[in-house]
Amino acid sequence: MAELQAMTALGAHDPARVVCGPLTITERIDVALASVATRRGKDLTKAAKAAGVPLAEPGCHLRGMPYCTFWTAPEMWFVEAPFDSHERIAEILKSDLGDAASITEQTDAWVILDLAADDLSPLLERLCNVDFAGQPVGHATRTMIDHLGCYLIKQGPGAARVYGPRSSAQSLLHALEAAAASVW
Amino acid sequence: MTQSHRVAGGQIDRSQSLRFTFDGLPYQGHPGDTLASALLANGVRLMGRSFKYHRPRGPLSAGSEEPNALVELRTGGRQEPNTRATVAELYDGLEANSQNRWPGLRFDALAINDRLSTFFAAGFYYKTFMWPKSFWEKLYEPIIRRAAGLGSVSREEDPDAYDKGFLHCDLLVIGAGPAGLMAALTAGRAGKRVILADEDFRMGGRLNAETHAVGGVAGADWANVAVAELGAMPNVRLMARTTVVGAFDHGIYSAVERVSDHLPMPLSGKPRQVLWRIYSTRAILCGGATERPIAFENNDRPGIMLAGALRAYANRWGVKAGDRAAIFTNNDDGLRTAIDLQAKGVDVMAVIDSREGGELLPGIRHLRGAEVIDSTGRLGLTSITVRQANGRNETIAVDALGVSGGWNPNVNIHSHHRSRPVWDASIAAFVPGADGPPGLLVAGAAAGVMATHAALRTGRDAAIAALGLAGATPDLPEAEDAPVRIMPLWHVAHGRGRAWIDQQNDVTVKDIKLAAQENFTSVEHMKRYTTLGMATDQGKTGNVIGLAIMAELTGRSIPETGTTIYRPPYTPVAMGTLAGRSRGKEFKPCRLTPSHHWAAEQGATFVEVGNWLRTQWVPKAGETEWRQSVDREVLATRRSVGICDVTTLGKIDIQGTDAGAFLDRVYANTFSTLAVGKCRYGLMLREDGIVFDDGTTARMGPHEYVMTTTTANAVTVFRHLEFCRQCLWPDMDVQLISTTEAWAQFSVAGPNARKLLEKVVDQDISDAAFPYMGAGNITVGGLRARLFRISFSGELAYEIAVPTRYGDALLREMLARGAEFEPIVYGTEALGVMRIEKGHVAGGELNGQSTALNMGLGKMVSKKKDSIGMVLSQREGLNDPSGYRLVGVRPVDPTAKLVAGSHFLEKGAAPVLANDGGWLTSKVFSPHVGCDIALGYLKGGDAKIGNRMRAVNLLSGLDTEVEIVSPHFVDPEGERLRG
Repeated sequence: MAELQAMTALGAHDPARVVCGPLTITERIDVALASVATRRGKDLTKAAKAAGVPLAEPGCHLRGMPYCTFWTAPEMWFVEAPFDSHERIAEILKSDLGDAASITEQTDAWVILDLAADDLSPLLERLCNVDFAGQPVGHATRTMIDHLGCYLIKQGPGAARVYGPRSSAQSLLHALEAAAASVW
Repeated sequence: MTQSHRVAGGQIDRSQSLRFTFDGLPYQGHPGDTLASALLANGVRLMGRSFKYHRPRGPLSAGSEEPNALVELRTGGRQEPNTRATVAELYDGLEANSQNRWPGLRFDALAINDRLSTFFAAGFYYKTFMWPKSFWEKLYEPIIRRAAGLGSVSREEDPDAYDKGFLHCDLLVIGAGPAGLMAALTAGRAGKRVILADEDFRMGGRLNAETHAVGGVAGADWANVAVAELGAMPNVRLMARTTVVGAFDHGIYSAVERVSDHLPMPLSGKPRQVLWRIYSTRAILCGGATERPIAFENNDRPGIMLAGALRAYANRWGVKAGDRAAIFTNNDDGLRTAIDLQAKGVDVMAVIDSREGGELLPGIRHLRGAEVIDSTGRLGLTSITVRQANGRNETIAVDALGVSGGWNPNVNIHSHHRSRPVWDASIAAFVPGADGPPGLLVAGAAAGVMATHAALRTGRDAAIAALGLAGATPDLPEAEDAPVRIMPLWHVAHGRGRAWIDQQNDVTVKDIKLAAQENFTSVEHMKRYTTLGMATDQGKTGNVIGLAIMAELTGRSIPETGTTIYRPPYTPVAMGTLAGRSRGKEFKPCRLTPSHHWAAEQGATFVEVGNWLRTQWVPKAGETEWRQSVDREVLATRRSVGICDVTTLGKIDIQGTDAGAFLDRVYANTFSTLAVGKCRYGLMLREDGIVFDDGTTARMGPHEYVMTTTTANAVTVFRHLEFCRQCLWPDMDVQLISTTEAWAQFSVAGPNARKLLEKVVDQDISDAAFPYMGAGNITVGGLRARLFRISFSGELAYEIAVPTRYGDALLREMLARGAEFEPIVYGTEALGVMRIEKGHVAGGELNGQSTALNMGLGKMVSKKKDSIGMVLSQREGLNDPSGYRLVGVRPVDPTAKLVAGSHFLEKGAAPVLANDGGWLTSKVFSPHVGCDIALGYLKGGDAKIGNRMRAVNLLSGLDTEVEIVSPHFVDPEGERLRG
């Protein structure tokens, strides 16, 4: 059996990089993702600490190595890790966290688009109801972009990561491009 | 044509000229002009025809309250009707046309309505067009709509884009007049995040239209300096050309920014308008006030304007509306206009002041205790008739008349939460009540504070109060602080002709009297009966006069009479703005399946299923008709093997120590006993016992299940499960997450399905190792994958899932490695054919009205446990033995056609409801059976297998003899899928 060739969410073999004026959109395919939810009555905090998984506070993204996390719901997080080393991230986390958490593979459920510009506020205010300028670096929230349920992580005034539903990657990219053309 | 009516001064750029046309005639104006100011500058007063009587009309105002000067801007797809010339910013090349006239503006044949006005009083069509009843819709209404109306649309697609956006701030200031500027300065200097929005393209509000000094300089200059200071603050966002149109819940305001309306066309990529949602827990309404006229006979001629508008045109735009002007006022503000016009070189022939006594204006003929009682001039004002205090009438030749009946604070936004404004007798106007939207304060003229200094002060104080600012209070500039002196006068009693209150809807004093006479005395009834306050201006100039007159007629006070309800939007909003980018192909985002690119390469036809684009069929060379492709796909699958992308089915990961018990509660049948590595068909009911959804759920581990849902219900089922988890049973240890998009999943069906899969999977999937309804984690060339042995087609079938990024490659790999089996890819049409041949229920049967018993699945509802819908599914009415049952249907004549939706009738029965036996829910042509087949719900159907009936469709004209058969047309014993 030959090794299957991966296709990106945007339908290519290589991740996309799109430049719209001062905005650069970079598709990321090198991030493994899993959801981690606390099992009732279990001490996930302790297990996560032992496993080196930093559990972010509500509304936050927390960096670590190799794991980063962001809060998605009460007692629930998304855990990021390098794809190359953690392609089987769910299995690895299950091994590390045991029965303290319910863990679900999420890597390919999402398209990841990293946004970069001097200031992303003018762009994001055309796309979602997040007060990007008013939030600190590390802010993470669920929001709607072009009718799509997305996660938005603020990495800096001019840097953000958008998680969008993978099947709608092209629509999401189009919405970003259209908003960028509107703004810049 | 020269700009014959320009006078000195104004905030226009005379160094540049802008060319524009009105009704095809060329004119010129300057940057800073509105269409109305530019037309007036060119001596054009006639700009429109009235709604009902087609009376000649010119602008009444100089702002967004304008009822008369409605025009169509631009042409083609960009044509915009009902645009107020008074706020349309002039640009080079602007094309404007008058509307609601035929054949032209100066001669309008429909002006005959004015001669027939006796027949067109309020409510005339309610009384007149009653017989025969059937004529209303097809005859009367179309004629009325043609004769009475506003602008038209071109019916061409609007080529421009409209954005939506979201803004956040500490303080939203609505209106950039003196109060708004001072509020924004106070908050901005304190470092707060401020949004200052103003509907005008030039900030400053009335300061731009007045001659009063502020801080020792002209008011407009002070405003310019304030705007410049605010513009330099990084924490302040200035939004000119932005109208806040509504106040909504939780500190949310809606605003429309006109990004490109002042340009010939939007710049590349730029939207025409943006609809903003502004989040601000604190806001200050500084929306100013709107002047109201005084009703007198023939008070609607072009040239008769609000006094403040005459002043604004002169001071801001350097335009005189006429050479010989008069002022009719009941308050001191009207006197300002006389003084300012005279200073601009206009001959002020008289000031007709309805108040008796008091000081006289120096240098101007000031008639105290007088009233204007009539006017003349066919297409524009030529004279007025004045009734003096001594009772004598005098005709004065004028071509401009400014009327001031006082100023109404713009309470609209403050009243959007149904706050009732309260009457302030000192200014003879309604002011904001105490129960406005939480967090919204009011300052300046909008609060009834009419003097400039008081406006500045209240703006500053409101900002301090709203934000709880401490420390030094900003100093205020010096400014006029004159009191309001007014003696209310709503309409002139003299004169027998019509006196207009609401010029947009042609509502006169007589109409109000008629409404009172016929007992429509409530303001809400009066509004509906007379149409007072409707349409684009929402009665900004006429409402208070109308209700004041109604108060007079009924002997009630004005506050007792009250106002109608204020609702958003404050000014009209185009439909395109509300739609934003959600139109056409971008109405909703599109979801693509993992096999989409492969299918597109093959020239597949796609079908929209929710937001998904699914492959409908994949034509081969030589196939010219869709049935050829679908029949081939079905036959090839049943003969060998077919592959279908089923990624779109909802997939929900359910984990936790209570996952099994949770499923027992949400499913009608039992899942806690399901063995690990097995899957089971599940039926989900609503609380009322009706079937909600179905699908298979696999147990992947002791505390881990994967549920599949129908494509259509993927989101609603997930939402339902979350509701159950969070609200019904929060103590259960259950965690949910959707994995629909994480896995590319393909159905591989047909006698050679296993042989094909054996070429790609790494494990033993023989019947012994992976029996029917087996489920488990496998690998594909070492890649993690899942396999489920389930069948929708009735064939030996599997569903194989890999991480989505590998879906495209897996499909290509299966087709390549299984080439010896000549696999085909089938779409949703073949999928539908095969499921009907097998008798599986889907959309047509899962119709939100049917029970498990109807579907022949009654035994699946376990009574050994409680589950959602179980109790109510036992209702007597849902368990009638003669109720609907799922049956199969085939025509007795194999060449006959069936149509879904046809009704079952016994032979010889008339096609009436009483004889209705049920209906065909789904129909296909079955290449396997060789004719049309269908599923249907038939009353007592399980006892009628083998009977012959009729399938009747009156819409299609079909009356087909059919045989009632088992719904399982293919392999009723299920041997194939267990093979």
